[in-house]
Amino acid sequence: MADLLEVKRISMLFGGLAAVNDVSFTAGKGEILGLIGPNGAGKTTVFNIVNGFYKPTKGEVLFKERRISGLKPHQVCRLGIARTFQVVKPLQRMSVFDNVLSSAFLRAKGRAEAEGIATDAIAFTGLADDRDVISKGLPLGKRKKLEISRALATQPEFLLLDESFAGLNPHELDESIEIIRNIKARGITVMIIEHHMRVVMSISDRIVVLNYGEKIAEGTPGEIAKDPLVVEAYLGEERSA
Amino acid sequence: MPFVILAILAALPLTGLSSYAMHLVILVVMWSVVGMAWNLLGGYCGQVSFGHAAYFGVGAYTAGILYTKMAISPWWGVPLSIPVVALFSFFLGYIVLRLRGPFFALATLASGEVMRVTAENLVDFTGGTLGIMIQERTWVEKTWYYYIILLVATVTFVLVKKLAESKLGYYFVAIREDQDAAESMGINTTLYKTLALCISGCLTGAAGAFYMNYMGYIDPNVVFALHDISIITIMIVMVGGVATYWGPVVGAVIMVLLAEWIRSIPGLGTAHYTFFGILLIIIIIFLPNGIVGDFPKLKRLLKLQKA
Ligand SMILES: Nc1ncnc2c1ncn2[C@@H]1O[C@H](COP(=O)(O)OP(=O)(O)OP(=O)(O)O)[C@@H](O)[C@H]1O
Ligand SMILES: [Mg+2]
Repeated sequence: MADLLEVKRISMLFGGLAAVNDVSFTAGKGEILGLIGPNGAGKTTVFNIVNGFYKPTKGEVLFKERRISGLKPHQVCRLGIARTFQVVKPLQRMSVFDNVLSSAFLRAKGRAEAEGIATDAIAFTGLADDRDVISKGLPLGKRKKLEISRALATQPEFLLLDESFAGLNPHELDESIEIIRNIKARGITVMIIEHHMRVVMSISDRIVVLNYGEKIAEGTPGEIAKDPLVVEAYLGEERSA
Repeated sequence: MPFVILAILAALPLTGLSSYAMHLVILVVMWSVVGMAWNLLGGYCGQVSFGHAAYFGVGAYTAGILYTKMAISPWWGVPLSIPVVALFSFFLGYIVLRLRGPFFALATLASGEVMRVTAENLVDFTGGTLGIMIQERTWVEKTWYYYIILLVATVTFVLVKKLAESKLGYYFVAIREDQDAAESMGINTTLYKTLALCISGCLTGAAGAFYMNYMGYIDPNVVFALHDISIITIMIVMVGGVATYWGPVVGAVIMVLLAEWIRSIPGLGTAHYTFFGILLIIIIIFLPNGIVGDFPKLKRLLKLQKA
């Protein structure tokens, strides 16, 4: 069986800088794929390429064996790939519910169906009580959940989560891990960028490691933890920090 | 409530208002249409246009040119301006909607000015700076003009409200709040911005076509005016309340009356622009959501004054 997502030798140049350099990986249906690497490694850039914000300088991305690199983000979303943003982008002057409703229209046949999808999505992430709160006033933890709810409301097959755990307290962290497990249980394939080692190691089926735009390792959490290149990349980061 | 207001408005000509008062009422209603149209694009969709005179003028000239070149009633301009302006705004949108924020605003400003200069120079077609004059006015009385523009305004109000409460309205606001977020939620931002621009442009154009019929005279400096059309339109919505249903109506009442009052002060000339500028600054500082949007705040302030 072909993989759900195939990233084939993509590179992204910004001026002289190769933010992503000849990176390939695949994601199989139903798995949770972790994407890790030090700051500036090119993780968010990979998401921006997959979701259509950037057209890769080289290489291509296939989703369900169809080439999607070069498509606009809204087209990629319609095909079944949703994402969240590392720097959260709530629709500030809209309520939590209206934020999610706006994206629920994508696959709904009418207003009533869209409201149903949105209600489900906020219940799923635990935002039901904040339904009518204007999203500008939400604390960070809830904004991160709002990002996830909005992505889920587009009813994706593939979900890209960019640091949905950063800045959360330990309690929120546990909640979010639970949410991601439930997303997987719904049959949605998930790719997560995460700095929290404990989190990535515990929920990922496989992990891809980037450093300076290049893929330096790929494997199960157990393999990654022992990989000398990975250890060095992270130790190097700590030493320079 | 809206029906009560509509009933009162419909009965207005029966109250024996003077011709001058009727003229002001007609202007208020016409400006409400332009304000509501601008609000759809600028208020809901967040694409702040400084060039709505372009659509107003194209609408007005559609009516005028139908009359001068095809010898048919300029009233045909009101419905026919819609396809003409739709086509026009589609092409203009294709250019200006690639730009975001201040760049979009500047491009719209330029488009209004380009249209003015174009109309001045296409002398054979537009009559150049001499403008277009309708020889016989349809009615001497104001009543029918009033009912026509009231009909246009009612249709505009209902249309904007229906749109704002539909999927389209949610998409417009999503685009206003964050274009990148909107795109990744599956919203074709280019398509929906173009739609907002076309609908907004068409409604503005219909008001322009009405203006040709009502005033009986247009020239490029009148209908493609930067200050007197484009800027006033923005002021109407800002003063009344951006992204509110009644804001543009309230704004139109205030701006028309204010302009009339200031014009009656002798020796002031075009200094009324200064007044408008000051008014805008006050509104932005104290009532950033306009009179309708900040109505609760306004009430509180007034109560405080009394106490
Ligand atoms: N639009 C852009 N223009 C120029 N340079 C960019 C752009 N986007 C990213 N970069 C650069 O590409 C490199 C990779 O950035 P990216 O955001 O993908 O890193 P990241 O792995 O997500 O880092 P972090 O962990 O800090 O989020 C960085 O050096 C960044 O400055
Ligand atoms: Mg990043």
